[in-house]
Amino acid sequence: MEKTWNNKAWFMVLPVLVLVAFSAVIPLMTVVNYSVQDTFGNNEFFWAGTDWFLDVLESDRFWDALTRNLIFSAIILAIEIPLGIVIALNMPKKGIGVPICLVLMALPLLIPWNVVGTIWQVFGRVDIGLLGRTLASLGVNYNYVQNPLDAWVTLIIMDVWHWTSLVVLLCYAGLVSIPDAYYQAAKIDGASRWSVFRYIQLPKMKRVLLIAFLLRFMDSFMIYTEPFVVTGGGPGNSTTFLSIDLVKMAIGQFDLGPAAALSIIYFLIILLLSWIFYTVMTTSDAQG
Amino acid sequence: MARINLEHIRHAYGAKPKSEADYALREVHHEWNDGGAYALLGPSGCGKTTLLNIISGLINPSEGRILFDGRDVTHFSTQERNIAQVFQFPVIYDTMTVYDNLAFPLRNRHVPEAEVDRRVKEIIEMTGLGGWAKKTARGLTADQKQKISLGRGLVRSDVSAILFDEPLTVIDPEMKWVLRSQIKRLHKQFGFTMVYVTHDQTEALTFADKVVVMYDGQIVQIGTPAELFERPRHTFVGYFIGSPGMNVLPVKIAGNTAAIGNENIALNFLPKIKSGAKTELGIRPEFVSLGREGMPVAITKVEDIGRRKIVRARFADLPISIVLDEDDEIPAEPRVAFDAKAINIYADSWRVGEEA
Repeated sequence: MEKTWNNKAWFMVLPVLVLVAFSAVIPLMTVVNYSVQDTFGNNEFFWAGTDWFLDVLESDRFWDALTRNLIFSAIILAIEIPLGIVIALNMPKKGIGVPICLVLMALPLLIPWNVVGTIWQVFGRVDIGLLGRTLASLGVNYNYVQNPLDAWVTLIIMDVWHWTSLVVLLCYAGLVSIPDAYYQAAKIDGASRWSVFRYIQLPKMKRVLLIAFLLRFMDSFMIYTEPFVVTGGGPGNSTTFLSIDLVKMAIGQFDLGPAAALSIIYFLIILLLSWIFYTVMTTSDAQG
Repeated sequence: MARINLEHIRHAYGAKPKSEADYALREVHHEWNDGGAYALLGPSGCGKTTLLNIISGLINPSEGRILFDGRDVTHFSTQERNIAQVFQFPVIYDTMTVYDNLAFPLRNRHVPEAEVDRRVKEIIEMTGLGGWAKKTARGLTADQKQKISLGRGLVRSDVSAILFDEPLTVIDPEMKWVLRSQIKRLHKQFGFTMVYVTHDQTEALTFADKVVVMYDGQIVQIGTPAELFERPRHTFVGYFIGSPGMNVLPVKIAGNTAAIGNENIALNFLPKIKSGAKTELGIRPEFVSLGREGMPVAITKVEDIGRRKIVRARFADLPISIVLDEDDEIPAEPRVAFDAKAINIYADSWRVGEEA
């Protein structure tokens, strides 16, 4: 039979193509467009090649912000993942305690980012904040507006408060999927509490932990709203993360070219690191 | 190895049991001999797993005591009781190798590594998992996993008892025979006290010296397979054991005759019956004969199951099963006769003895 070519089927995917184009491809290409050109307004563009990328990569400003980002994410992961596991292990498995704990855990996740920022901004203020005033009256010299260390501590505690719940809920989901027979068998085998965690609970949580790890890495690496609201990137540049710097560059200074280049570099860094984490963690999984 | 005494054990899962019906396990009072092989047989939800978990210490009974060799262990943990238990579905530590899985219960008890190695190798040999010893347990099939679970139960040689909770449910039929005979061989070799929960009568009858039949939260009969077959203490045992189960026919007892409809059946003993009790006659299909002599019967169906035939019929307008050899002929005007020696009489479902 002669094969008839019928391309009408392509029209079926057109709506999706249009949606994806408007939601992802076109905005992204706009950024790419800006990143390789220079403009002085009037809709006149000049080819700039890789100049903006080189500018960004050669600036201390970029490397400093990137270092801050990496340190921040490392601290966040080091606190939130173990803390989340510990809390999940201690949550009740049945009874009235379950819904109560779940709701309490979910509450911080339901609060919008800028509200979280505002809460902590007010909470930590030395003049009117509950935390700030209490610490001051106890004689602790705490001031996140002036002291970089205090600013960092505030941001980290705020993020832990906001996002540890996510790790808890994911781990808890992994834990409740373990059948009772495993715990009974472990009792019969005389396993210690640590062995139960090491050989039963941890392996069962491995997959959700991978997801929790990646989500928390990506989110903390892209953090913007909360530090913007609480510290505005200060004191000095001490809490200026890549995202904050990017906005300063693009909107504050209207340096569209470098900002676009930075956006793309930023995006590629997150993509690369997530891919590395994912690969490393799934390979170790396969080897057992 | 231990003798196990269950003293007036009762268990309810709810907090405050009000009536008998709230108990998952009604009164159980029994002694399990040291080195015995027992099968706990009964339908789903009859309390057999509850009883097993009470013995192993995973559940604390609401009432009663458990003694191991005369020592009260009611409030001892599973570990202190030194019990091995194998569960219905395979439990394996999937990040460990097969070898480490089997060694796990021994290492937790700080057995010297040389001894661990000797015993684990023995189990690996026995279960035929040789080629897998160094691999992680994750990639194994369900029956290989269950072999590991079994192996972890058998690897400890000093246990008080080994409990099996329907361990062969997930195993292929062919493999079931192999594993069952291995368990049985081990039992002969080491003389463990073994308790084996199952709802499969063939499994129970082949495995155990004594079969414990449970029904509705209580033990209805403990006996050898022959006793269960010939003298079921409760009509439930009659139904549950045997294929097809015992024929149970409502009768009126007068002296040593039992009347079913218009038919009178002579008994070779005088049953002791309290007045007002619901009386029934039980006879195994194997002891009903079909011929030209006896009481009239209407055949409804004949099932050929190979070596034997099962005849389904109506006798005095009640359903009755008859087992015949494959060569036995079915006459045109069939009549049935009951073997008097094989007749059991039940009052309110419990078997009655002779009038003294």
